[in-house]
Amino acid sequence: MVGFALAFYWAPEDADQGFSQKIFYLHVPIALTAYACFGWGAWKALRLLWIGERRYDLESYTAIHMGVIFGLLTLVTGSIWAKVSWGVWWSWGERQLVLFLILFLFYSSYFMLRFSTEPGPRRERNSAVYALFGVVLIPVSFLAVRIAGTILHPTIFTHEGADLPGEMLAAFCVCLAGMLSLAGALYLVELSGKRIDASLRELKELLA
Amino acid sequence: MSAYAADVAALARKDLLLEIRSRDTLPAMLLFVVSALTVFHFALPEGSSERAETGLLWIAIVFTALLGLARAFAAEREQGVLDGLVLAPSDRSAIWLGKTIGVTVFLVLAELVALPAFALFFHPLSWELVAAVALANLGIAAIGTLLAAMAAASRARELLLPLLFLPLVIPVVIGGVGASVASNPGSFLAFLGLYDAVFAILCWASFEYVITE
Amino acid sequence: MIRARKLSKRFGDKRVLEGLELEVPRGGFVLVTGPNGSGKTTLLRLCAGLYAPTDGELEVDAPRGSIGFLGHEPLVYRELTPLENLDLYGRLYRLPERRERAGAMLERFGLWRARNERVATFSRGMLQRLALSRAFLHDPDLLLLDEPFDGLDADGAELLHAELAERSGATALVATHDPEALASRATARLALA
Repeated sequence: MVGFALAFYWAPEDADQGFSQKIFYLHVPIALTAYACFGWGAWKALRLLWIGERRYDLESYTAIHMGVIFGLLTLVTGSIWAKVSWGVWWSWGERQLVLFLILFLFYSSYFMLRFSTEPGPRRERNSAVYALFGVVLIPVSFLAVRIAGTILHPTIFTHEGADLPGEMLAAFCVCLAGMLSLAGALYLVELSGKRIDASLRELKELLA
Repeated sequence: MSAYAADVAALARKDLLLEIRSRDTLPAMLLFVVSALTVFHFALPEGSSERAETGLLWIAIVFTALLGLARAFAAEREQGVLDGLVLAPSDRSAIWLGKTIGVTVFLVLAELVALPAFALFFHPLSWELVAAVALANLGIAAIGTLLAAMAAASRARELLLPLLFLPLVIPVVIGGVGASVASNPGSFLAFLGLYDAVFAILCWASFEYVITE
Repeated sequence: MIRARKLSKRFGDKRVLEGLELEVPRGGFVLVTGPNGSGKTTLLRLCAGLYAPTDGELEVDAPRGSIGFLGHEPLVYRELTPLENLDLYGRLYRLPERRERAGAMLERFGLWRARNERVATFSRGMLQRLALSRAFLHDPDLLLLDEPFDGLDADGAELLHAELAERSGATALVATHDPEALASRATARLALA
């Protein structure tokens, strides 16, 4: 399944218009996938609070872990794109980047929360509530960064790629699908890994 | 409905009474904010703009709030009293609301000192700034109280609270500074109101899960 | 009033209760005995709703407002006076005439003279008496008491016995190191390993 995803992911390298445009095919799908992961994590968190089955905690955590990885990649690819397009590694006017910085900080704190709380129902619930806060933070920050345009550095740089003619759009969608499949595959792999760990631990407990 | 309000009032009253007795949090906040403003004066090179100064005021407010929030559940934690509140038949969200009101009162009192000090040290205030501060207080107190309860469950609670708090408070700073300096403060103030409403509801609904085992 | 089936509680890797079966009928008075660490406190906290079970079922047929819980902590604010503490709990438990009830409870536990002193000045025995006043303040139907005689002097113990005698209609689950003190009241015993 991972191979399938990778095949999709590499395909649109052909439909390029120069390096800057190529990064766009990576950067935006990665960003959208990160949002999807955070959303999925929040959904699982909500299920945990509603229904209370412990497995949702692991699922929520894994989804958010994926989200942070993709978030980091978003920042990195965004930074590369900025360097290639405008010659700077970072721009406060670049709304997507700023938004992801805020989210990256937020979700990194999620991990700090998990690391410093003893495992148990307390940690599960706190993590779930925090994950819900995260998903609410996404639109709120988006709005904030948007209205902040006048007080932060103004958006001096604009970028093309706002409208995509037919075949570029198709290539973009393929890339997006590929990225989501990649995320999904990694999610399942990591989740089963964590589940095996948990089962091992439970077995050890029973034998002890 | 009035039973709920009575619970909230009882809890808020309790916090204010405790502060009057022990006098540990509020004086610290007052002293901190004035010290911070003084440090900021020395941190700003000659010829810095009024906008930069205003920005620093917001930083002072955020960190003073953090100071107060670190103590928010201190009494309950140090004396193990939280169980007593959780056992009571009242809705657990009343604990959050009562505590948030208490925190807001402390913030307002600290700002009654901070804002005049700022006007004295730096430049006069605009009514937009004051309105923004008032709105921001609610959001800061709301999420801060919930996060303080979350952090209380962890081993590294003094470290964790600022980490959890700062990313969430970025939109508040954006809204607040924007309202203070931009030419269209209305939209920033509206944004602050939106932030307050959204996060207050979220905190109110989810506090139950944070406080119980 | 309390029914537990296969009740288990684990804290991380530590198993405190495993497969516990318990039935406490209305009006029953059950003593819970066992060495340190056997889970007496955990059981009481589970029944009070302060912990959720890891496994199994626990049914407690009493609303929160009619549970009287005494734990290891007195659950009072040290910077407030006994009257202020009981007034707060009176409000939270929606008691009519809370001031009178608070006063009456303090008298019954011999704390009336100290009613306006900060709890921080109290001795261990006085704290325990205050904790008991708090636990009984709202006339609970279900008593969950963890080592109620801890820290009490002879007078205090007498007051507690008197209080329990008055509340003989209530259901009680009491953890204790000294079961003989309450043997006459007990309808059943539960020994934890």
